This record gives sequence, structure tokens and C-alpha cells, in this order.
Amino acid sequence: MGECPVCAAEIKLADDAMAGELIVCDDCGAELEIVGLDPVKLNEAPSAEEDWGQ
Amino acid sequence: MKIGLLHSLIRKEEKLLIEAFRNAGVEPIMIDDRKLILDFHSAPDIDILVERSINHSRALHALRLFESAGVPCVNSYHVSQICGDKLLTTAALKDRGIAQPECRVAFTEESALQAIEELGYPVVLKPAVGSWGRLLSKINDRDAAETVLEHKSVLGSYHHSIFYIQQYIEKKGRDIRSFVVGGECIAAIYRTSDHWITNTARGAQASKCEVTDEVAQISIAAAEAVGGGIVAVDLFESDDGLLVNEVNYTMEFRNSIDTTGVDIPAVVANYVINQVKRG
Repeated sequence: MGECPVCAAEIKLADDAMAGELIVCDDCGAELEIVGLDPVKLNEAPSAEEDWGQ
Repeated sequence: MKIGLLHSLIRKEEKLLIEAFRNAGVEPIMIDDRKLILDFHSAPDIDILVERSINHSRALHALRLFESAGVPCVNSYHVSQICGDKLLTTAALKDRGIAQPECRVAFTEESALQAIEELGYPVVLKPAVGSWGRLLSKINDRDAAETVLEHKSVLGSYHHSIFYIQQYIEKKGRDIRSFVVGGECIAAIYRTSDHWITNTARGAQASKCEVTDEVAQISIAAAEAVGGGIVAVDLFESDDGLLVNEVNYTMEFRNSIDTTGVDIPAVVANYVINQVKRG
């Protein structure tokens, strides 16, 4: 179980969650990155940069 | 078999690929581009690198250095270089005689305005490097052209003054995205939107598109033109037939698996594994 760094909601990670994974907080909609699994640590995901995506 | 997967943020696509590799009996070695240090001589001990970075510039430079260290990459540096720059993509397609919208490139506000007027309104101004439909401008008249060109020149960084100008194609609310893996067109979707930009990242809806001979032929030809590998080809349906709009080298496919019924990550994983087996 982790805590959303934006709205402090409790977030339960999926069994196959992995570090670096992008998730969305169900409560506030913030995009979060899983930066640690043991213990669970969540950061706000970096904002999209100009050369992102396809 | 040691398959490296270069990533930054792990999106749905990367998770699906990891699962596909595991199903094929291979545990991919995760390589986070944010922690990577390359020394121009060596690279992590892997048989092949699958590039899935979210940043084009990181991907491009990492691929160059992995390849110089003797690691084969999917996609290759060459493919990423061509596909990551719309100007280079257009040139590569032109070299193969592949149908595409008319394009012009200009380097100053004045010459860009002249190019737009010669091409005829409306046109679409695009950053040469960019994605997800960001910073695209549909220019309907001279007033808009002058405004956008001035804003790009004054407010943008230098590469926003490489003016890539594309003829606007009336696509009747949709385009086609096809998926080509190893020279085979494996699936295609329509991307439908009320907006003239039909990226699914901008809310367009995906639906199944049959891979007709016409779709397959132009998609495969476009993939070959940029160097092959694993690419997604964006197509416009024009009155004169299909036109290639863009070719994407780190394709997103989360909306296209259930829609097409094709297990795209499994096809990609099998292609990569076969590349290693072939040496």
C-alpha cells in the first residue's frame, strides 16, 4: 500500500507492479511513478517533455 | 538469451512486452535510461536491445552508442533517426516513391510564408521532432500563417524555425494506423475523431481496420523506406489513394490489441527472439 504524494489517498499496487511503472491515482487523477516497491514509494510522474511519445 | 529493454517510465506497452517475453521464456533485462552511463566503448552484456524509451533524444543517442559497442538494436539507430524527424521521414519516403502529402521545408518566416501560399491553404505546420499530435497547427489563411510563424520564431527554440509544412488532407474524421513487424503488416486500426488531429493520445477512438492489400503494401513499403524493424505507419485515405503521413519507431499499441484481435506484443517479442536466434 502506498500514498499518493498529491492527494494522500491510499493506493494499492497491483501484484505485478514494478519500479518505474506509470500509474494513475484513482482519487485525484495524478499520474504517478512507482519509484520503490519495498517500501512502496510513489512520486509525481515527470511532465511530458517535447520529445516524448510517438 | 539476454534481451535488454531500454525504458524510462514504464507504460502499459512496456508491461505488455515484458509479459510477452516472459511467456516466450525470456526474462528481459530492464535498462532505465535515467540511470544509464555509456562510455563509447562498452554496453551492458546483452544479445539485443529493445528500445522503448519515452524520450526520442535519449533513445536516439543510446541506440547509437549501444550499436557502436556491438549490440544489435530493435529498432536500429538508423530507423530511430529517420522516424524521429519528420523531415528525414519525408525524404526517405520520397526516395522510394511512396505516396505522401505534399510537403515543404523552409528556414525563415518569410520563406515559410511563401511556401505556405504556394502550397495553398489549409496547411499543417508540424515540429520536425514531436509526437502525440502536440504543437501541430492547421493554418487556414494568411493571417493565421503570419501569426503562427511569428510565434514559432520568437517563442520557440531554434528547431521550431525549421518549418515543416504539410498539405492538409481532408481525411473525413479518421486516419489509419498500421503495424509492421519484420516486413509484415500484422494489424491496423482506424483512429476516428471529431477533431482534425486523430491521435489516440488526443482522444481519438480506435476501431478495427482490415489489412487490405493496399494497406499492407504501402505500410510495408514505408517501413522498408525507413529501415525496417518494428514500426507503426500513419495513413491518410485520400481521393487519390492512401498516403503515408508518419512512421513511428517506438509505437504505442495498448488500444490496438483487443481492437484488432492481434497479440501485438507477442508478435514483437517473437520477432526480437528470432533476431537473436538468427544472430
